[in-house]
Amino acid sequence: MKFQLPSWMRGGGLTTYAVLYMVFLYVPVLFLPLFSFNDGIYIAFPLKGFTVKWYEAMIETESLQAALFNSIRVAASVSIISTILGVLAARAFTRYRFVGRKPTLGLLALPLVVPGIILGIALLIMANRLGIPLSLFTIGAAHVLIATPFATFVMISRLEGFDSNLEEASRDLGETGWTTFWRVTFPLALPGIVASLLLTFIESFDEFILAFFLSGTDATLPIYIWSQLRFPKRLPVVLALGACILLFTVITVAFAEWVRRKGVKLTPKSED
Amino acid sequence: MTSEAQTAPPAGTIGRLRTVVKGAIFRNAGLRGYILLSPTLLVLLGAMCLPVGILAVYSLWTQSGVEIDHTLTLANYLKIFNKPSYMLLIGKSVLISLTVTLATVLLAYPIAYFIAFKIKRHKIVWLILITIPFVTSYLLRVFAWKIILGYNGIINSGLKWLGVIDQPLTFLLHNPTAVVITLAHAWAPIAILPIFVSLEKMDRSLLEAATDLGDSPLQRFLRVTLPLSIPGVVAAAMLVFIPTVGDYITPQLVGGPDGMMVGSLMHAMFFRANDWPLGSALAIVSALAITVTSLGVWFLTKQARERAV
Repeated sequence: MKFQLPSWMRGGGLTTYAVLYMVFLYVPVLFLPLFSFNDGIYIAFPLKGFTVKWYEAMIETESLQAALFNSIRVAASVSIISTILGVLAARAFTRYRFVGRKPTLGLLALPLVVPGIILGIALLIMANRLGIPLSLFTIGAAHVLIATPFATFVMISRLEGFDSNLEEASRDLGETGWTTFWRVTFPLALPGIVASLLLTFIESFDEFILAFFLSGTDATLPIYIWSQLRFPKRLPVVLALGACILLFTVITVAFAEWVRRKGVKLTPKSED
Repeated sequence: MTSEAQTAPPAGTIGRLRTVVKGAIFRNAGLRGYILLSPTLLVLLGAMCLPVGILAVYSLWTQSGVEIDHTLTLANYLKIFNKPSYMLLIGKSVLISLTVTLATVLLAYPIAYFIAFKIKRHKIVWLILITIPFVTSYLLRVFAWKIILGYNGIINSGLKWLGVIDQPLTFLLHNPTAVVITLAHAWAPIAILPIFVSLEKMDRSLLEAATDLGDSPLQRFLRVTLPLSIPGVVAAAMLVFIPTVGDYITPQLVGGPDGMMVGSLMHAMFFRANDWPLGSALAIVSALAITVTSLGVWFLTKQARERAV
């Protein structure tokens, strides 16, 4: 048997570039965990020795715990609401051909491209005019707006290759609409739903600018981090917190993407 | 007519009506589509279209003291157009974003090409590796650059430690270049995906045809691959350009006074100067600047493409 390198390791210049690009993508962020274990108040070389005291300080900070709890509450609500909306919308787009389908898709993509600061300002003014007090609710509502298109596109990519013959077959075999849904449609859509729940959770959990404009007295985690950046003494704790958030995010997103892409062809290929 | 509706019609009519409505819903795919879509559309209308509409109206009002003057006027817009510092700031924001867009797309193209054509197995792993940084906290990714480029930051302390420099380099942080580097890094992954998709779905037989007709690999790339991937490139450019113009975090953390962008000014109008109408007008003017520039870029690419074909 001939030993062969994996395809990405052959191919010279382009491969080298790809590896360097990945380094560029990941290394800057890796400084956060690196210095979170550094036994010194300054984020500078040389490293002073290993410590976990910043993590201890992080766990003991009560305002941080409150912010974490707020973020989880908002993100969980946003992920459930936007995924439900996303499933319904994706079903409409993939199952039915109707007048105004394309413009509606375009409208749906808008919250993803409109600059966050403009959405934040617009929502702030509306809340003010309607007399809605700024709170975790206003942050959550804004997050639903940006998470729903995200959930819809995740679900569309899952349902697109979906063979409606399967549903018809199920009906021909005597299943009712409801049992067809539970036994055919739902299992096929499930990986998309799981991915959408996780990804929208992270999207809300990490979102800063909308929360910044729409927060009342209760802070979410990114708002808390922002408020700490002014105090150089607090930076090592922010690094520890950042490292934890990064680890949590990376694991969740990697898992969600793996679930989502597993079994789905990258692009529909009718010829093969 | 109304009396008919009020007096209870015979049960048969209701039943028939129900069958008719049910039948209409069942047969009319469009109606069923819109019923499924209605909650989402409601969110879009209520949380995006309505607020943006209110924003537009607000920009036509004026702030007089603590009160809002509700007479419709273009005073805020005239103020912005007549104040060179505002117009320069918007121009600078657009320019910084265009630079970021150019850098991001140029850096992303080879990666998209690499994944589309050179990776045969485990494409998913590469795609996931690219998606992860895009979804991870934007705030933390920008913050990372602040500690890297800072006066006593990682680069300066590292170089000093290695004995390369005696004094910290001051040109690293607090300037437009720092903003460009940080934004280009933060938005890098989003540019790869649209380019990758356009390359991935390209008809490979066209490439074979070009080779058979005697094109060198470079000619083939310039005459077939590149033109066919332009839609992906334009999509990538828009996805980077549009949100970065109004970015607030990056100029605030690494920009300093020289690297300030229009997002900081908008924020100041709402939370410091307390002139919401002027801030709204500023948001609208920025949105217009973004739209006009995007359309310009799109038009130029279209022209270039048509000339090439």
